[in-house]
Amino acid sequence: MSFELETAANRESLRRVAIDPVSRVEGHGKVTLLLDNAGHVKEARLHIVEFRGFEKFIQGRPYWEVPVMVQRLCGICPVSHHLAASKALDPVVGATRITPTAEKIRRLMHYGQILQSHALHFFHLSSPDLLFGFESPVHQRNIVGVAAAYPHVAKEGVLLRKFGQEVIRVTAGKRVHGTGAIPGGVNKSVSATDRDLLRKDADQVVSWSRDAVHLARRLHESNSPLYDEFGLFRSHLFSLVRADGAMDLYDGHLRLRDARGQIVRDGLPCTDYEQHIVEEVKPWSYMKFPFIRDLGPAKGWYKVGPLARVQNCDFIPSPLAEAERQDFIARGDGEPIHAPLAYHWARMIEMLHAAEVVRDLLDDPDLLSDDRLTSGPKGREGVGIIEAPRGTLIHHYRVGEDDLISYCNLIVSTTHNNQAMNEAVRQVARRYLDGRQLTEGLLNHIEVAIRAFDPCLSCATHALGKMPLAVELVDEHGQLVDRAISGG
Amino acid sequence: MTKQFLLDGQPVPFEDGQTILEAARKAGHYIPSLCWHQDFPPHGSCKLCIVKAAGRHVSACATPAKEGWEVESNTPEMNGERRGLLQMLFVEGNHFCPSCEKSGNCELQALGYEYEMLTPRFRHFFPERPVDASHPDMLLDFNRCIFCELCVRASRDVDGKSVFALTGRGIHKHLTVNAESGRLADTNFSKDDLAARICPVGVILPKGRGFAVPIGERTFDTETIRSKTLKEEES
Repeated sequence: MSFELETAANRESLRRVAIDPVSRVEGHGKVTLLLDNAGHVKEARLHIVEFRGFEKFIQGRPYWEVPVMVQRLCGICPVSHHLAASKALDPVVGATRITPTAEKIRRLMHYGQILQSHALHFFHLSSPDLLFGFESPVHQRNIVGVAAAYPHVAKEGVLLRKFGQEVIRVTAGKRVHGTGAIPGGVNKSVSATDRDLLRKDADQVVSWSRDAVHLARRLHESNSPLYDEFGLFRSHLFSLVRADGAMDLYDGHLRLRDARGQIVRDGLPCTDYEQHIVEEVKPWSYMKFPFIRDLGPAKGWYKVGPLARVQNCDFIPSPLAEAERQDFIARGDGEPIHAPLAYHWARMIEMLHAAEVVRDLLDDPDLLSDDRLTSGPKGREGVGIIEAPRGTLIHHYRVGEDDLISYCNLIVSTTHNNQAMNEAVRQVARRYLDGRQLTEGLLNHIEVAIRAFDPCLSCATHALGKMPLAVELVDEHGQLVDRAISGG
Repeated sequence: MTKQFLLDGQPVPFEDGQTILEAARKAGHYIPSLCWHQDFPPHGSCKLCIVKAAGRHVSACATPAKEGWEVESNTPEMNGERRGLLQMLFVEGNHFCPSCEKSGNCELQALGYEYEMLTPRFRHFFPERPVDASHPDMLLDFNRCIFCELCVRASRDVDGKSVFALTGRGIHKHLTVNAESGRLADTNFSKDDLAARICPVGVILPKGRGFAVPIGERTFDTETIRSKTLKEEES
């Protein structure tokens, strides 16, 4: 079953349809479908078409530049790369443990980012599909359309994101691409003025985040057949969890659950990731396919991100989000929920958790302390793993005697979800497109499935640019039959 | 009676031997520079101090002021020339400000902002310039060198070590280390040398220190290079 529709038998004789680029996602990707004369889908692939090469050009650079350099992988969640790199390089400056102030400021920055990124994804990128329908008029299917039809929803989405961005500014110096974390700690404390500025809005943000969970839940429950079945496939679930099993997005150990919900790997130290994760290269995509080594490529692939995390942890250590998590789990009736569209509901539960964490951290006096940096005997290697908004993010560096980076390996969140997204695309292609006259709305179904995972394709190839969606129908002789332009 | 010349229509007094740049700054008028330093003779290589004096383009740092001259400096024409020079400096090296520790403290970057440089305009050279990380305390990142020779002059004339030199010609000109191996570790260079802290860009930097000063507290976060230069002139 797995990998069916990945490669068709007689590819040359099939008609090719491309969704290029996929719109309302971060970065640049395309989907190709190969159809026979009757319009039956024979092959469906999500390709990542850009190559960036950060892992290569980071080599030979001084280690202290890395947390600021690698965050340029992304403009949506640069904080993830910034913090994962800083965590990985803490041991290089001898900081086996950073100070409570440094950890809390990093956590504040990270949960601020989770909040802004999840708000951006749900309200700006996905809510048009969910509120108006997948085949609604294309001119309406965007955040401007949402603002016209549901002004309070759009407003809360924009303000939630703004708050998250402000948290990042306060901790990193800028809303995008700041410099707050450095190997060994952080470079600034939070000022009482900035703390008070954020604290003033924090309760409102928690309240709006809770409304957002209820909106996502309502959308799911009001159209259960669609939300429970759309693009459905089953897989392992993979994430960090805290030592006591709690959801922790900044630190912890690695845990894997199987598709039935049984914990099959637990307590894996982050530094051992290479023993457990292997990346497979396929010739048609710049994005690799990771899998669990001893389960093999056919059975060892998994999902990461909100849907995995909310079900992989034992509990969420904040009361409002935990209550929402329990309602979510109850819907699974003893089984994990695998429906891609459930990602949205899970994502909003995490956003609520992030809002609660930010609110509580703002009351912590350690944020104001000047005890920011730790150093000790220098190390030469470090692994930093963090739960980025889209899933588990791994940074691994080795540093030479001359303080230059000699090795860099990055496995980013979207890469972990590569096989999962391809599976979702194939399920949707098989269920909704097979044998039908293709329309823009039908092709949008494919994109809806991809968007559920909130992929960041630019990070995953280690693309810049934004283009309108162009769908071209080409016959077997390469002649253009039809063309539709949308999105952008 | 004090001698004077007109700078953009404003009278500027000067004493014999003073250059246009010295007299102008002393009188509170900003003329930019990168390679000029008050403790060293004029170098005239960066050309950012270019002014039009008596109808000719000259380097203000190396041209003695003359009685009655009419000098144009802060004009669209001269500032356009400066912007062009800055654009050339940027494409000639590999200046990746986003991940440069010197960002916010870099004079080249500050001048880019001062003269509203919005695009590189010219084709990037992307020169191949490996870093020298051999020294235990200091890193040399040649990618950012603008050939001002301030390190060359400081090491030779103040530190008495002649650690640095420019070598090669024309497009192949580059900064080199005066050791048979070409490695900084094989010289008597020290982090306490004047040459170790005189670079206006991010070539010579202490190791292990990156982004320790937060955004908002770096030199040019709080003031422009114009106001900083004039303030220093007053003190």
